[in-house]
Amino acid sequence: MSATAAQRFLQEAAVKSADLVHREIIRRGMESYDAAHLKGRARIKDWEAAREKCQKIKREAINHLDRYLVQFEQQVIARGGHVFWAANGQEACSYVKDVATRRGVRTVVKSKSMVTEEIHLGPVLEEAGIKVWETDFGEFIVQLRNEPPYHIVTPCMHLNRRQIAELFREKLQTEIESDDPAYLMTVARRKLREAFFSAEMGISGANFLVADVGAIAISTNEGNGRLCTSLPRIHVVVTGIEKIIPHLEDLAVLWPVLATSGTGQGITTYSTLIGGARQPGEADGPEEFHVVLVDNGRSRLLADPEQREVLHCIRCGACLNICPVFRHIGGHTYGTTYPGPIGSVLTPHLGGIAEFKHLSYASSLCGACTSVCPVKIDLHHHLLQNRRNATSAGATKMSERLAFRAWRFAMVHPAIYAFGGWTMRKVLRAMYGLGLAGSIADPMRPWNRHRTPVPLASESFRARWRKELGAN
Amino acid sequence: MQRKVSLFVPCFVDQLLPEVAVDTVKVLRRLGYAVDFPEAQTCCGQPAFNTGYWNDARPCAEHFVRVFKDAETVVCPSGSCVTMVRKFYADLLASSPLRSDASALCARTFELSEFLVKVAGITDARASFPHTVTYHASCHGTRELDIRDEPLQLLRKVEGLKLLAMQRFDECCGFGGTFAAKFADISAAMGGSKAESISATGAEFVTAIDPSCLLHLQGILGKRQARARAIHLASILAQERT
Repeated sequence: MSATAAQRFLQEAAVKSADLVHREIIRRGMESYDAAHLKGRARIKDWEAAREKCQKIKREAINHLDRYLVQFEQQVIARGGHVFWAANGQEACSYVKDVATRRGVRTVVKSKSMVTEEIHLGPVLEEAGIKVWETDFGEFIVQLRNEPPYHIVTPCMHLNRRQIAELFREKLQTEIESDDPAYLMTVARRKLREAFFSAEMGISGANFLVADVGAIAISTNEGNGRLCTSLPRIHVVVTGIEKIIPHLEDLAVLWPVLATSGTGQGITTYSTLIGGARQPGEADGPEEFHVVLVDNGRSRLLADPEQREVLHCIRCGACLNICPVFRHIGGHTYGTTYPGPIGSVLTPHLGGIAEFKHLSYASSLCGACTSVCPVKIDLHHHLLQNRRNATSAGATKMSERLAFRAWRFAMVHPAIYAFGGWTMRKVLRAMYGLGLAGSIADPMRPWNRHRTPVPLASESFRARWRKELGAN
Repeated sequence: MQRKVSLFVPCFVDQLLPEVAVDTVKVLRRLGYAVDFPEAQTCCGQPAFNTGYWNDARPCAEHFVRVFKDAETVVCPSGSCVTMVRKFYADLLASSPLRSDASALCARTFELSEFLVKVAGITDARASFPHTVTYHASCHGTRELDIRDEPLQLLRKVEGLKLLAMQRFDECCGFGGTFAAKFADISAAMGGSKAESISATGAEFVTAIDPSCLLHLQGILGKRQARARAIHLASILAQERT
């Protein structure tokens, strides 16, 4: 029997959390992010007000998703574009594959999109004999390594430049003369230019779908997004339905807040609005424009009033960056498209609570994520709700359920609680006296394996209160 | 008439770290409070609640409300346990007959440093502790209860105490309740990073308002044979100035 997602997570977490080289690479990456993020936030006059504004915009959009999505669709169709509503990943992939095969597409260039990762679009196209190029530098690197992105904003943050130079030497069959980042970028750029000029289809995601003007908004830093969406004959946008926002002017706050939270930039180098294919009299742009609106479990989340706001997420990555769990286990350990706090909240909804409930438990509930979320999603409290949903669905272990039932009985009977505590201390003291702390027989083993044994007071506070303190 | 407070002692403090509660009593009495310990108290329900067993946590929370519902003011030497009462009882007991008692109780339940500084207006606890100390801002105290400066105000007034700043002082120590057992390796790695931050200050002690973080950190620091020891804020404040 193959390992479950939870078992794989535990194994990988044990390896990664003890890997000090990995920890150091992530620490350095995150420290430069922290500094940039702090500086970026200071540039915005009232950061809290900006967060509240973004939250309001997204709440309005999500609460009226039906209306805004249809408005968006009508505008796109009016300019000759096509809109496809995909209930799940399979429908979305089939649609894109059909468009590609119908139009004789042999090469696709992609700009960064987490939704295409979520629905596994790349492998579907490759199976149909279509060559797919990831053109974001980080995505290009992880594609060469045959790996999923490590992080939703910085896909190859787990690699240093020596590893990247080595990878290029091996995979690109080119002389690699140095591991200077600018040089490595030039090598990738040269390779990607060939792809840009030969591709018949460009695939992008969307950071926002602007309802009132029927345009998609993309924030990028490398310019690859513009090439993907303007050079090939066909442009296909694959995106989640939750990316909708009501008005064009909402970008005035969302763009800078996304950039600040994502990388600490005031605004990304390229902020692009695309309304469709080339119009009569225009000099460039694709001939065909398709938007694939992916549901894939999102409307299930929409139906849950308690957690609906999870759909506010603008995928900035700030919660990953601040998360101490992410910093110690890294992105790949999660084994999901979306890692970190947002992934731990979202994945049980998209992929099933039975298989992914462990992610909701893999958090110390420290709340750092919630404190930085630019759209104010109550992330760590949603983890608590996921845990409650897992137990109500009977998805937790029988032994745990019985243990908490016994615990509950003791907690409403003070004498039993006091006797239980006394017995536990007596038994453990006797065991530890025999040198059994941390051994297989030690019920505190998970704790004592990494720590000096818990102190076992000879008397409880309540006993001392009765003896020495109560009379005062 | 002497002002009265009722002591809420977290279950694991009662059983494993009684000294923290004894020191809390000493501090409160020295500052002129009559302290009462309702002996029927057990646990606030957080272990079950945080693990998802809300149906098991609920009777425990109801028991807590019954025990404390006539108390004027409840004081507890743990930010995390106060968080359970103040932030989560409303949801947990939303359809309980004790709902209104619970919400009234939330408003009268305080963490020790918060009680001293915000309610009693005391920053000088008349303590003396001639040592170097660094402060760990625990998650629940900081981000759930917004207790940020109160413990530091109290520490700054302790005679002889030298406060040393810690890098990433408000990053989680990795305890997280059942998280420490379910994900022992991750918890220990996070504790290890925290221990490095503590050691880098060179302080003799690390203090906090949460005994659970300190229990975890003491275990980690001990295993690494680090110089610093964990000590609860109450145990520093209990050292009376002569």
